[in-house]
Amino acid sequence: MDANANMHLTLNVWRQRNNSTEGGFVTYEVSDVSPDMSFLEMLDVLNERLVHEGKEPIAFDHDCREGICGSCSMYINGRPHGPLKGVATCQLHMRSFKSGDTIAIEPWRAVAFPVIKDLVTDRTAFDRIIASGGFVSVNTGNARDANSIPVRKENADDAFMAASCIGCGACVAACKNSSAMLFVSAKISQLALLPQGQTERKIRAEKMVAQMDSEGFGACSNTGACSAECPKEISLDTIARTNREYLGAKMTSSAV
Amino acid sequence: MSWLTQTLSSSIGKKLVMALTGLFLCTFLIVHLVGNLQVFKSDEGLAFNSYTVFMTTNPFIKTISWGLYAMILLHAIDGLYLAYVNRRARGSVGYKRFDNQSSWASRNMAILGTVLFLFIVVHMANFWYSYNFGEVPYKRYTVDLTEGRLLNTEVMPEDYRLSTKMEQSLNEEGTAKTVIVKDLFSRVERTFSNPLVVLFYLLGVAALAYHMAHGFWSAFQTVGLNHPKYTPLIQGIGLWIFGILIPVIFAAMPVYIFFRNAM
Repeated sequence: MDANANMHLTLNVWRQRNNSTEGGFVTYEVSDVSPDMSFLEMLDVLNERLVHEGKEPIAFDHDCREGICGSCSMYINGRPHGPLKGVATCQLHMRSFKSGDTIAIEPWRAVAFPVIKDLVTDRTAFDRIIASGGFVSVNTGNARDANSIPVRKENADDAFMAASCIGCGACVAACKNSSAMLFVSAKISQLALLPQGQTERKIRAEKMVAQMDSEGFGACSNTGACSAECPKEISLDTIARTNREYLGAKMTSSAV
Repeated sequence: MSWLTQTLSSSIGKKLVMALTGLFLCTFLIVHLVGNLQVFKSDEGLAFNSYTVFMTTNPFIKTISWGLYAMILLHAIDGLYLAYVNRRARGSVGYKRFDNQSSWASRNMAILGTVLFLFIVVHMANFWYSYNFGEVPYKRYTVDLTEGRLLNTEVMPEDYRLSTKMEQSLNEEGTAKTVIVKDLFSRVERTFSNPLVVLFYLLGVAALAYHMAHGFWSAFQTVGLNHPKYTPLIQGIGLWIFGILIPVIFAAMPVYIFFRNAM
């Protein structure tokens, strides 16, 4: 078969008018899909057709379309961001599928991420977790001269790795417990590893974990599905670090 | 102490309780395995019965065993509560398709744990209950002390009772020893003569194997012990020793006794 030939696909898409109505799957047949299209472009084409037909287009989150904003969030054929490893939905291309495939597209499923419409979920729970402690309170100013604040190379690397989290929520979506531990751990790790994060290190761990729990995310059971599905491949080491940070903070912080 | 209750009721705190009680149960597993190796001895149960007396009369071990029952209950209750909270977090509408990139064992710890709990209940009803509250006959062993050889054994009458679980006496020359002991081993043999019971025990051990293959490593991760230097070792011990070696030896016990009786 010609690899450049256009594809024909059957899509089972979750449609839901709003949070207070029940949703369901609607089947769409799409033809003339180029293997070079991104997954979102394929949906754009379908939406254009739906608009022409006078139907409601499929609502989905998207913004940068270059894999760094964390907006796109689709559960594709049973996996967040689809079948590829270390890739967000916007960077998934139709060449990863075969003509004739049936593709199931669902929103993230978690009590803490209620569906707003179709494939769009409300992920402000993540914002509230960050607002509870995922920051450095003082202005750290402009970039310093190199090495004026010594940071170990390993710490810089690990902090950078953790900071690459785009907050898309694939970890929650992939976890059988809808746990947000990988997201929270990425932020706690990033700041715990750098000198600027030290002052608020303990209170940060305490507050972010408390906020995570109050949002209704589940507990971590170390299945590793989050890290396996993370488009930035954040490591499970960050979760162990957060367990250390949190338990250590609880044992030693001044908050009695 | 509000900080402590706050810590233990957080998601990480509840997992800490799972990890610490779980690791305690792991140490119990080793002791239980080593002790039960006595069933492989061909001495008509003398070593096994003597070991049972020691385990049920030594004050230190008796104290630990009550702690053990408490740990099992705490591990089970906390685990079931976590499973409930975790299930609730998904919401009422689940995925139509869910190709989870994780091991089967790691996703089914609560189910495996429930099977294990039922196994423990049946296991204790089989042996712990009948030994402490049921009718277990006594058996007399005569041992030649110069050669350490078992001279003869005699099952005591049904209504024979001692005030203790075991009595030992030497003959006048000091060359032979007579031991009269509660014969739990006869219970073991009778229980494992039923192939259905043996199959049930194998099911319990299989649940143990999968539970440990994930649980041992997971406990260390939960308490924050994860490092490239030792995590591969912890995972190796979890899989090969707790997930395979220990369950295989446990599984061999009912199978060995079943076939030894059947031969």
